[in-house]
Amino acid sequence: MLKITEGSYAVAEAVKLCRPQVIAAYPITPQTHIVEALAEMVANCEIDGEYITVESEFSALSACLGASAAGSRAYSATTSQGLALMFEVCFNMAGLRLPMVMTIANRALGAPLSIWNDHQDTISLRDSGWFQLYAEDNQEATDLHFIAYKVSEDHNVLLPGMVCFDGFILSHTYEPVDMPVQEEVDGYLPPFTPYHRLDAGDPISMGMYATPEYYMEFRYQIQQAMEQAGKTLVAAGKEFSEHFGRDYGSLVEGYRLDGADTALIAMGSVCGTIKDAVDEMRDAGRKVGLLKLRAFRPFPEREIVAALNNVNTVAVLDKNISLGNSGAAGTEVKAALAGSGITVLDYVIGLGGRDVRKRDIARVVDLAEKGEGDMFYGLRTEVL
Amino acid sequence: MPLTIGCAARPGKARRNLTGSWRVFRPVFRPEECTKCGLCATVCPEGCVIETEEGTFIPDYDYCKGCGLCAEECPAKAIEMVQEEK
Amino acid sequence: MRELRIHGRGGQGSVTAAELIAVAAFESGVYSQAFPAFGVERRGAPVQAFVRFSDGRVRLRSQIYEPDYVIVQDSSLIRNGGVFDGMKEGGIAIINTEKPPSDIEAPAGVKVITIDATSLALEVLGVPITNTTLMGAFAAATGEIRMDALEKALRERFRADLADKNVTAARRAFEMVGGAA
Repeated sequence: MLKITEGSYAVAEAVKLCRPQVIAAYPITPQTHIVEALAEMVANCEIDGEYITVESEFSALSACLGASAAGSRAYSATTSQGLALMFEVCFNMAGLRLPMVMTIANRALGAPLSIWNDHQDTISLRDSGWFQLYAEDNQEATDLHFIAYKVSEDHNVLLPGMVCFDGFILSHTYEPVDMPVQEEVDGYLPPFTPYHRLDAGDPISMGMYATPEYYMEFRYQIQQAMEQAGKTLVAAGKEFSEHFGRDYGSLVEGYRLDGADTALIAMGSVCGTIKDAVDEMRDAGRKVGLLKLRAFRPFPEREIVAALNNVNTVAVLDKNISLGNSGAAGTEVKAALAGSGITVLDYVIGLGGRDVRKRDIARVVDLAEKGEGDMFYGLRTEVL
Repeated sequence: MPLTIGCAARPGKARRNLTGSWRVFRPVFRPEECTKCGLCATVCPEGCVIETEEGTFIPDYDYCKGCGLCAEECPAKAIEMVQEEK
Repeated sequence: MRELRIHGRGGQGSVTAAELIAVAAFESGVYSQAFPAFGVERRGAPVQAFVRFSDGRVRLRSQIYEPDYVIVQDSSLIRNGGVFDGMKEGGIAIINTEKPPSDIEAPAGVKVITIDATSLALEVLGVPITNTTLMGAFAAATGEIRMDALEKALRERFRADLADKNVTAARRAFEMVGGAA
């Protein structure tokens, strides 16, 4: 049923519908409303699970790791410095092949301190072995949680996943969301069946020491699981559309790419603003389209190549900067399109909550068509 | 041995690993000098010093790595480290 | 698509006003989107909150620079400047002040509606929190939200006794601005 609610509450409601058994989280702006709502749901017995209060994000994710290893459907949410504090546990969970879903209300990393949105936090964990999905709006943020659990727990995948949605821009926005009911979600997402679990009656150890003779093969297994996650995400997205009528059957989403000379590539909520800007530019006769990346890990290289084979110029918008190189998506799109003859230019944009307007999108297209790019867009040169 | 998912393993594999072959010096226990204090069994890092029916102690040479801790700690000096091969 | 920008001070309930207007608009049958100008909340500091109204889903995520409507929770904010920035021709500004509209220096083409929301809030609620009063004025002045939808939104947000008072404040303002029930 379509109802209007805050993005954080929509996510909390979606998580509740996934029937989590253990939630462990530490509050941090702008994630706080999600975990406040979930703590209340547990206290009110709306969720049949445990809420473990912890003293840090490191403990939060460690508790989830233990819960997942013991065979429970686990959930956490964090952002920014909180995610940074989870760094070590993130790698361990993926290496142990333990499923869970974590929501990230994307926020910049300090210093200087910023509570506002960009994607530096999750991009900095792209190598951790978690699959990463980015939501454009609160409907997508809601729906991706059901899909993420299904994929994470699939025995051909067994990897944890992050559902990333833009802090404040989505987390604190009220807008209509079509929220499924419990029976519908139960029909799509079965209870968690652990592949293996810690059980004192049938003991195993997990993640034991791997010598140089074995370590690489374990890493290769995780890489294969990540490639499988791409296929399973597509299948789970198609199945989702059969159940709920909203289509997530691709790792990318093209918007008005037919006949486009210039394509923008972006992730997250800025894609909505870009779609409006593309409509205006199309009305003005400019051949522009958008390719939205819904998944950043696994990286949808084949889908990008297939979607862009008729464009001349690609402008990648990155709400992150790999310091010393360029934006992460820009680097990877360049690699994907190497040898294609397509000009790929990268624009670092919207860091630390800098507002991105339709006119900024039009200016990026202007720059790209002139061949000017690989830059921070919109710097206030008067303060430099 | 094929890899497991997440490097998970069932217990008991250490029993198959007979670390006694690592030994350069072997502890030789002299029960006639033993005061039955049990310190050798307490300090053994491998847990492979076993109490006999008489209350004295013997090492399990299948697993004893020859570290010499028992000989070092024995208050009665009833354990001697002897080179395995000369 | 129509856009509303609310100017207030931390503690005056601007973010709540934006949320409840969006809820009431949705209940009135349009797609709406409400969000704050994400700041570090400090009592008394100037804050902004935004609402969009549309016949279809709202995709745009930037802040609002060219509003159709402006609500000013505290006329002292006009001194700081910026409350009328970018207002569209034919736009409506609803300002909490004892002054008549003719005393407000607004750009040409902007319709100014003034209401002494502070006195009304003090009388009905007993506290000078003007957001619900101004919501009633907004409903009357723009027709973007129906009064019954606003009442429903207020009753969902506030506990019973507080809801009654806030509904009364909103209705009184609605009538003062000349809304048809």
